[in-house]
Amino acid sequence: MNNNSGILEQLRSRYGEDTFKTQTTKDDILTLWLPVDHVPEVLKFLKHDLPQPFLLLFDLTAIDERTRKPENGHIPYSFTLIYHLFSFERNTFIRLKAGLREDFPKAPSISGLWQNANWYEREVYDMFGIRFEGHPHLSRILMPRTWVGHPLRKEHPARATEMGPFQLYDDKIDLEQSALQFKPEEWGLAKQSDDTDFMFLNIGPQHPGTHGVLRIILQLDGEDIVDAIPDIGFHHRGAEKMGERQSWHTYIPYTDRVDYLGGVMNNLAYLQAVEKLAGIEVPERVKYIRVMLCELFRIASHLVWYGTFAQDVGQLSPVFYMFTDREKIFDIIEGICGGRMHPNWFRIGGVAQDMPKGWEQLVQRFIDYFPKRLKEYDAMVMKNSIFKARTVGIGIFTKEEAIEWGVTGPNLRACGFEWDFRKMRPYSGYEMFDFEVPTASNGDCYDRAVVRVAEMRQSLRIIEQCVKNMPSGPYKSDHPITTPPIKQNTMHDIETLITHFLGVTWGPVIPPGEAMSCIEATKGANGYYLTSDGNTSPYRVRIRTPSFPHMQMLPYITRGYTVADLLSILGAMDYVLADIDR
Amino acid sequence: METATPNYLLIIGGVLFVMLNVAALLIWVERRGLALLQDRYGPNRAGPFGLLIVAADSIKLFFKQDWIPPFADKPVFILAPAIVVVTVLMSFVVIPFAPGIVVADLNIGLLFFLAMSSMGAYSIILGGWASNNKYSLLGAMRGAAQMISYEVFMGLSLMGVVLMAGSFNLSTIVEAQRGLWFVVPQIIGFVIFFIAGIAETHRLPFDVPEAESELVAGFHSEYSGMKFGMFFIGEYMGITLISCMMVVLFFGGWLGPDFLPPIVWFILKTAFFLGIFILLRASMPRPRYDQLMEYGWKYLLPLTLLNLVVTAGALLWLNDGYR
Repeated sequence: MNNNSGILEQLRSRYGEDTFKTQTTKDDILTLWLPVDHVPEVLKFLKHDLPQPFLLLFDLTAIDERTRKPENGHIPYSFTLIYHLFSFERNTFIRLKAGLREDFPKAPSISGLWQNANWYEREVYDMFGIRFEGHPHLSRILMPRTWVGHPLRKEHPARATEMGPFQLYDDKIDLEQSALQFKPEEWGLAKQSDDTDFMFLNIGPQHPGTHGVLRIILQLDGEDIVDAIPDIGFHHRGAEKMGERQSWHTYIPYTDRVDYLGGVMNNLAYLQAVEKLAGIEVPERVKYIRVMLCELFRIASHLVWYGTFAQDVGQLSPVFYMFTDREKIFDIIEGICGGRMHPNWFRIGGVAQDMPKGWEQLVQRFIDYFPKRLKEYDAMVMKNSIFKARTVGIGIFTKEEAIEWGVTGPNLRACGFEWDFRKMRPYSGYEMFDFEVPTASNGDCYDRAVVRVAEMRQSLRIIEQCVKNMPSGPYKSDHPITTPPIKQNTMHDIETLITHFLGVTWGPVIPPGEAMSCIEATKGANGYYLTSDGNTSPYRVRIRTPSFPHMQMLPYITRGYTVADLLSILGAMDYVLADIDR
Repeated sequence: METATPNYLLIIGGVLFVMLNVAALLIWVERRGLALLQDRYGPNRAGPFGLLIVAADSIKLFFKQDWIPPFADKPVFILAPAIVVVTVLMSFVVIPFAPGIVVADLNIGLLFFLAMSSMGAYSIILGGWASNNKYSLLGAMRGAAQMISYEVFMGLSLMGVVLMAGSFNLSTIVEAQRGLWFVVPQIIGFVIFFIAGIAETHRLPFDVPEAESELVAGFHSEYSGMKFGMFFIGEYMGITLISCMMVVLFFGGWLGPDFLPPIVWFILKTAFFLGIFILLRASMPRPRYDQLMEYGWKYLLPLTLLNLVVTAGALLWLNDGYR
């Protein structure tokens, strides 16, 4: 994993000894501080000139540092920009940080360097008010255009009760009304070309084909798409802001709702980072339980995608069969967790409860039942010639384009790139399981479907191994920060009683530091980048979701296709609105 | 037929009554049928087996506010749903349900049917145009192109039948099938007519003018209340009409063994095709609009022409054997 040797030496020899300061973090990612004006050229070097380059801009975000306790020895900037890059060849992350000093600072844009930096920079601008110079279209992306303020700045209240009562004055009504007027120029769209007038069609925010509140502005010439612009943010609930006011423990249910089809898999991504910060090693049994539930949710999520995708191309029935099967998975989840879509089941250092009696039969019944159904679906959907006509050769992108746009997960594997974080950077004990990483070769909508269908079979294999090899042992780790802590220790001495009491009432205190986790979620790479200043709640929660960059790529892959193809492309993309907007 | 004259009004009333009720019943049949095929219940609360859902639905539609969008072209907006119902109902005029049970036994019955179904295309175009809505417009454009194209094959695919029966009169065509149903010699004609029929009624897999996941509701996005109900009923009557036509032209109409009266044979055969329509809807995805056109012009049209030439040639060869 630590294949980043030599990078720092090369950087220092190129840009001077004092340009880079290193920082040690809990997640062992090489973390470098550098002056902000060096950012573009250093990133360019890392992307283009370094041997085994960092091709993927994994994440770009910022932190408002102004209320941080100064004693942690960190450099007193007002804001920090954080770039996470990933190198497939080295199989390693690198984290670059650039401090900014003003209250409304400026930074150079890297949108010319990576295609997917565009939206990330807009998001940072929207959330923090940091301006990126040289950005082609720096406007709000998640918040409404009429919004005042930047929500992730620390002076912005996290609760409505901290703000005055909401009032809608007449002039505000007028402002909001006029903001609803559609002006193509504001979106960078031309009204006409040399020979035709374009038609503008709003797909959404309420539309049966968008699977949620998403608006896509289409610029049409007849039925051919000239340009498409996704307008996101309708589902933005401030999940990152909420993290700053919840305790480390009580934030877990919020993660469930980020990729709301992925259920506990979101818990895992978050807890991986928390446990790195706290230094908790979870017992073997916990790993197995977590893996099994995650894989059940992967199948459930893929089933929703499968059914709705078939429905998007006009097939009415499969969605009902697939939801019936998903219901069977939920029966298992309910038997184990009590909850269904958002079980909120994983805990810091373990899971909420031990497995119930008889869970093996429950899961085994599904393992025996499901492969037959998958075969049936193959005949019904994947082999259907109209389905093929609608999806083969539609929405193609290559492996290079995918990486440039930050595409991960099944969509990347459909381009023929065998990259699965479960395999390449195993977490939560995935190295103990025997499974394959399905790929396809063409990178079109059909291949994305092929990969997902094959993944369901592999997930089933992993679940089967969980049932066979489930180790015995405790279901939470014996660590003081485990929440809720192991009760029996409290009966022996006052020290553990007090820790237990505090951990349960205030919530656990996580030692200062920062860590990022990255898991292979249902839709791609999901990462939580957590910063702790040694408090009962995170200083900053950054959620890197796969759907956000996927949606950003939409205009690039829909141009030149028709409205009907757009639905195939959207369906094959497999996004969830909450996963885009958070 | 002249003998039918005394019962004229009775027959007209009967056909009108039966057809409107069949369309309503069909809505229930389809909803329950689809539910059965899709592992769910469907409407099962109102009345026995949920039969009264149709009544409840119609009452709801009748009492809904008669809403015309302010941006719509009013007269045309109102006219469009009427056209679809009128043209379909008019087509039933020429259908011989049994010997003597036909409203007007026209000598040009088949042409009348084709003319009426062409008129039906107007309802989509005008409805979509008058709505002044982009989704409707796209739906109308697709609908117009699709219906006009498929009408070509529909007409041509029937010419084989006309050649064999030597008449455009539907009763004569049925009588001509006494020896052998036309589906056997005219199998290609039948398949093409069936496909064109689905396209004419714009049902899945050829529902591109409505295409729910793309165009919300296509050409009738802006319609509500009973005006929407007319489109809805029109669609189901359209299916019934195409099923009746298939029975009349290819499956011997009312002909069948004597143990059942002719009208029952006719109903049974029609019901079979109605079932096929529902089954199709449950199982097929929707091709893209340009693929649909390509399929029509590149494959169906040459095939239809070939069928026509071969039929005509064979008839000449057999020296008018059927007459």
